[in-house]
Amino acid sequence: MKTTLTVIFLSLATFGFAQDKYFTRNGTITFFSSTPAEDIQAQNFGVTSVLDIKSGDMEFSLLMKSFEFKKALMQEHFNENYVESDKFPKASFKGKVRDISSIDFSKDGKHQVKVSGDMTLHGITKPVTSDGTIEIKDGKVHANSKLMIKPEDYGIEIPSVVRANIAKEMEVTVNTTLDPLNR
Amino acid sequence: MKQILAIATLLLWSFSGNAQEEEGGSLLDLLEEEETTNYASASFKTTRIINAQSIENVAEGVLDFKISHRFGMLNAGAYEAFGLDNATIRLGLDYGITKNLMVGFGRSSWQKALDGFVKYRILRQSTGKRNMPITLSVHSSIAVNMLRWANPERDNFLTSRLVYTHQVLIGRKISSGTSIMLMPTLIHRNLVETKAEKNDVYALGIGGRQKLTKRLALTGEYYYVLPDQIADIYSNALSLGIDIETGGHVFQLHFTNSTAMIDKGVITETTGRWDKGDIHFGFNVSRVFTIREQRRPKE
Repeated sequence: MKTTLTVIFLSLATFGFAQDKYFTRNGTITFFSSTPAEDIQAQNFGVTSVLDIKSGDMEFSLLMKSFEFKKALMQEHFNENYVESDKFPKASFKGKVRDISSIDFSKDGKHQVKVSGDMTLHGITKPVTSDGTIEIKDGKVHANSKLMIKPEDYGIEIPSVVRANIAKEMEVTVNTTLDPLNR
Repeated sequence: MKQILAIATLLLWSFSGNAQEEEGGSLLDLLEEEETTNYASASFKTTRIINAQSIENVAEGVLDFKISHRFGMLNAGAYEAFGLDNATIRLGLDYGITKNLMVGFGRSSWQKALDGFVKYRILRQSTGKRNMPITLSVHSSIAVNMLRWANPERDNFLTSRLVYTHQVLIGRKISSGTSIMLMPTLIHRNLVETKAEKNDVYALGIGGRQKLTKRLALTGEYYYVLPDQIADIYSNALSLGIDIETGGHVFQLHFTNSTAMIDKGVITETTGRWDKGDIHFGFNVSRVFTIREQRRPKE
């Protein structure tokens, strides 16, 4: 009797701890600004993300200071003058993958998805919607997306002197490989 | 038996309770936050406050071309356009060998002097995983007067004109707009004119910057030379200015009683006095060139 109960209890417990959440701490987010005058690119290799494959909830968080530029002075100006990293150290996204229930996470495969939610950058939160892919391979979930972001929408001022060098819209690329979250 | 059941039920209850809590909270809370080190950056807009070295280094692989200019003295009057007719200039190149080590050299029209320096950052102000209240750098420079010898028929030695400056630069970015610095300084002069003047001169510098807007800042620096070390004709150098930043350039405009733009001249050979109107208007222009692009830091 005791053993049966233990078995039931254990199976219940494992069911509760089932791998319905995936995470990463070293996802990549890149932004790219292209103008006739200059191309500017920066990469952040320390993106934290969690995906709940049951509910479709998805969150991202990153440190603004971790964006790496090719030119050191650009990186300094980015943090000091544009995104004000001391005041707003983090950017985040909190949203949902639509129709996540249609994806079978037990099988390898690639799926087109739509993600929508709220992005917070420079202290300002705005709704964003983006197309992306979720690929299941070898027990890992690869979540990728590309979206356009306007610095103006987030109160990031660009002075007229450098207006020609900084694009009105930046292309943001998200590349993450999520591992099962074992609690 | 009943006990076990009760415990199991309780556990299950508490479990479902937990699950409910999660739904309202953030998914990211499931991950323990990794503590990171947040380094203070851009305490000053450039590697000089005005004449003095700041706690900033040029980044690794970056070349900084510095054009420094001091007009004549304001008290020269209208005939000399309040000093604008005269100018003293220093052209210099600074280069960042690593992120903490930079070197530079320059030539001044003042004394036709050549100078070179090395600056190494030992401590870097940070919070988080590594907590450090200050940035600390050491800076050493050497300068030599290259004017023709006054008495060429004598035995003259170039070494007698060498002057070494050693400084510890201690700075703190107090807030995003305010930074302060202390600069204990030792200057060694191989040869001095009279016995009353010391070969080794001790001085203490203070400096700071206050941002007014993102791209505009007030700056100031003052060197206090400890008494009875240099001749009476020399006074302490005080410089006040503004920094204007535009993309790859930093323009520094200032007023100073020092004609020289190198350490030994500013600290031990400043003849001008503020109270007499011996004030130079001047500017420094800094233009950086990325010679080597930033490497990804090793994980």
